[in-house]
Amino acid sequence: MNTAAAKFAAPADIEAFSQAVRGKIRADSKVVRVCIGTGCAAKGSRKIYELFRQAAEQSMDDVKIEAKCVGCHGFCERGPIVVVEPGEILYQRVEEPDVAEIFRETVLGGRVIERLLYEDSATGTRASKAEEIPFYAVQKRIVLENNGRIDPARITDYIAQGGYSALAKVLSSMTPEDVIAEVEASGLRGRGGGGFPTARKWRSCREAKGKPKYVVCNGDEGDPGAFMDRSIMEGNPHSVIEGMLIGAYAIGSEQGYIYVRNEYPLAVEHLGTAISQAREMGLLGKNILGGTLSFDIEINRGGGAFVCGESTALMASLEGRAGVPRAKYIHTVESGLRNKPTNLNNVETWANIPAIINRGGRWFADIGTKNSKGTKVFSLVGNVRNTGLVEVPMGITLRRIIDEIGGGVRDGKRFKAVQTGGPSGGCIPAEHLDTRVDFDELTKLGSMMGSGGMIVMDEDTCMVRVAKYFTEFLQKESCGKCTPCREGLAQMLHILGRITDGEGQVGDIVRLEELADLLEGTALCALGKTAANPVLSTIRYFRDEYDAHIRDRHCPAKECRGLFRYEIDEEACKACGICLKACPVDAITGEKKVPHVIDQDKCTLCGTCWEKCPFTAVMKV
Amino acid sequence: MQSKTEASLDKTPALKICESMGQITSDSLIPILQQIQDAYGYLPAEILSEVSKQTGLNANQMYGVATFYEQFHLEPRGRHTIRCCRGTACHVKGGRQIINAIKRKLNIEEGETTEDMQFTFETVACLGACALAPVMVVDGVYYGKMTHRRVGFVLDSLETVEKETT
Repeated sequence: MNTAAAKFAAPADIEAFSQAVRGKIRADSKVVRVCIGTGCAAKGSRKIYELFRQAAEQSMDDVKIEAKCVGCHGFCERGPIVVVEPGEILYQRVEEPDVAEIFRETVLGGRVIERLLYEDSATGTRASKAEEIPFYAVQKRIVLENNGRIDPARITDYIAQGGYSALAKVLSSMTPEDVIAEVEASGLRGRGGGGFPTARKWRSCREAKGKPKYVVCNGDEGDPGAFMDRSIMEGNPHSVIEGMLIGAYAIGSEQGYIYVRNEYPLAVEHLGTAISQAREMGLLGKNILGGTLSFDIEINRGGGAFVCGESTALMASLEGRAGVPRAKYIHTVESGLRNKPTNLNNVETWANIPAIINRGGRWFADIGTKNSKGTKVFSLVGNVRNTGLVEVPMGITLRRIIDEIGGGVRDGKRFKAVQTGGPSGGCIPAEHLDTRVDFDELTKLGSMMGSGGMIVMDEDTCMVRVAKYFTEFLQKESCGKCTPCREGLAQMLHILGRITDGEGQVGDIVRLEELADLLEGTALCALGKTAANPVLSTIRYFRDEYDAHIRDRHCPAKECRGLFRYEIDEEACKACGICLKACPVDAITGEKKVPHVIDQDKCTLCGTCWEKCPFTAVMKV
Repeated sequence: MQSKTEASLDKTPALKICESMGQITSDSLIPILQQIQDAYGYLPAEILSEVSKQTGLNANQMYGVATFYEQFHLEPRGRHTIRCCRGTACHVKGGRQIINAIKRKLNIEEGETTEDMQFTFETVACLGACALAPVMVVDGVYYGKMTHRRVGFVLDSLETVEKETT
């Protein structure tokens, strides 16, 4: 079969095409894969790709050399990441001047450049391949498997890796009921936060009366601290499209929508390219692969409202209205978008579907814990040494994620808490680090799985401020429709504000708990119902910090202005005069060769001296 | 993405957008507003009423939607847009200091534009580049691992480029 611009007419064509593409790849061919995910791109990887492309074009080598843009590898901390085939040699923190050396030594010469390899800071050993790096070794990659291998802008890459074979399998040998049964056997639960069984949702939507039926992909990844959906949409958009196609077949839908955050321009671009390529090849449109399935997808750019991640608000937004949620007793699977049966799943959920169909629901169900199957992608960020995207089997402990994959807390600080579940989640303290990560265990701890943000906090993080941060976030993002959320959050924020300002009152904790109870019991949607989780979980595990703020007017983490002092360490002070000149209220005295001193009566605690001191001699006490 | 004074507003781009949308239903409202904003840099009132006239979309509903979503702006914007992340990862890594440094440097608050129409500063719930926290984006370019010192450096370099090109 020809590998140029083919249009598939039957399911068997896909396998033939895939083989034809693979057949063209010679065993000795050389490929340089440059990550152009947002993390690496911010560090200049586009330019690095361009340099490799030019080098490959000008190369006189007998073997064809190809430079390729690929999606996120996950190890954003060490970006830009470049992988050279053959050998799968992974270079990290590659800079423009390194390109020529990599091309000459590794691509042409087959020699490894030690300097650019990952080095384990504890043992000093260097790893040349991804799987030798602890960050990757502990992971199990299903959804992210092809991220970093394929060019997201080329459908042939995806098909060569076995893409769209699940669709071919479904259309050639499975009934819609079979598909739902397979997904049911996998035990897949929604990855957007709710954890609702995917197969049950699909079945309800299939059985719901009314036509047309809609399939929606929720790519409005609003949780601060989470970016896994972004990386999937940017790095492997076809996996989402294939998942939606299979879902559409199972449910009986002809129209799909992908709702993407406006903050993710690259995701919109890659999804748009992927959709038009799929149309050209007959994978979207009428009578797909010569069968009865007709399905197409439209992309909608979100408007920038956190609440639009809520399913009914998202549908309101798709209808061109303000994204305001509605009461839950009307199920969207029966009456969703335009009051028609609508099945909405998160990006990661859709991206899991092709693997489940290809390898079987039972294979998927063998991974994970009793009620949480498969893997979950987390964005491991905050004060951890290796930040990035990680995919782990359900049931792994928090400690392994943070210590083995994340490399522990950075800068030798002490671990304080890990925040999961976004603004609806909670903060988990050190004593629960051996908890197994799954839907139920995290809920038991007063947090939740959420969409997968995992933010590590060190000893310098004030937990009352974290609670205030989330409350402020939610208060800003509350749509204002129901009173408990609109007014309750404002009151909670008011109380938290006075605690962090050093004006907390005895009884404030009880007031916060009462308001939290009210919100949970009476708010309309999940945003309001879970809005108090950050406050409740910090009260539960870090009550002493609240007490210190209220009773002692002291912030133990030294983050709340006014609840700690600045002092100059006499021994570290080089008497350079920088802080002295910078102080806006002339509170610092000292001369050449005489350590400087802050006059605490004059000091307004603005922190300028702390920011400016080049010797970190200004301390918070 | 130029801000224009009310007097010089050209309605042709808006008319073209309305035409290109084909059949207009209320579903098209947000995409239309997005395109109008891409063309004009913001949503000028007189253009919105023109769009309402052309398409039959309700102007009240348009205003409701435009004020609900953070993405839409009813006022002209600065030449450069600085967006700073206030996500959790950025918060934990001192994002607030970056926000304060930008405010001090430009002498404006969040959501405001400098008087010379050079800079608009806004904060975003999360930019989704958490591994690079704290992050700011200037005209679509990401700057990761920001420090308050780098804020001055990045903004100064923009101003320099500006002077060199004009």
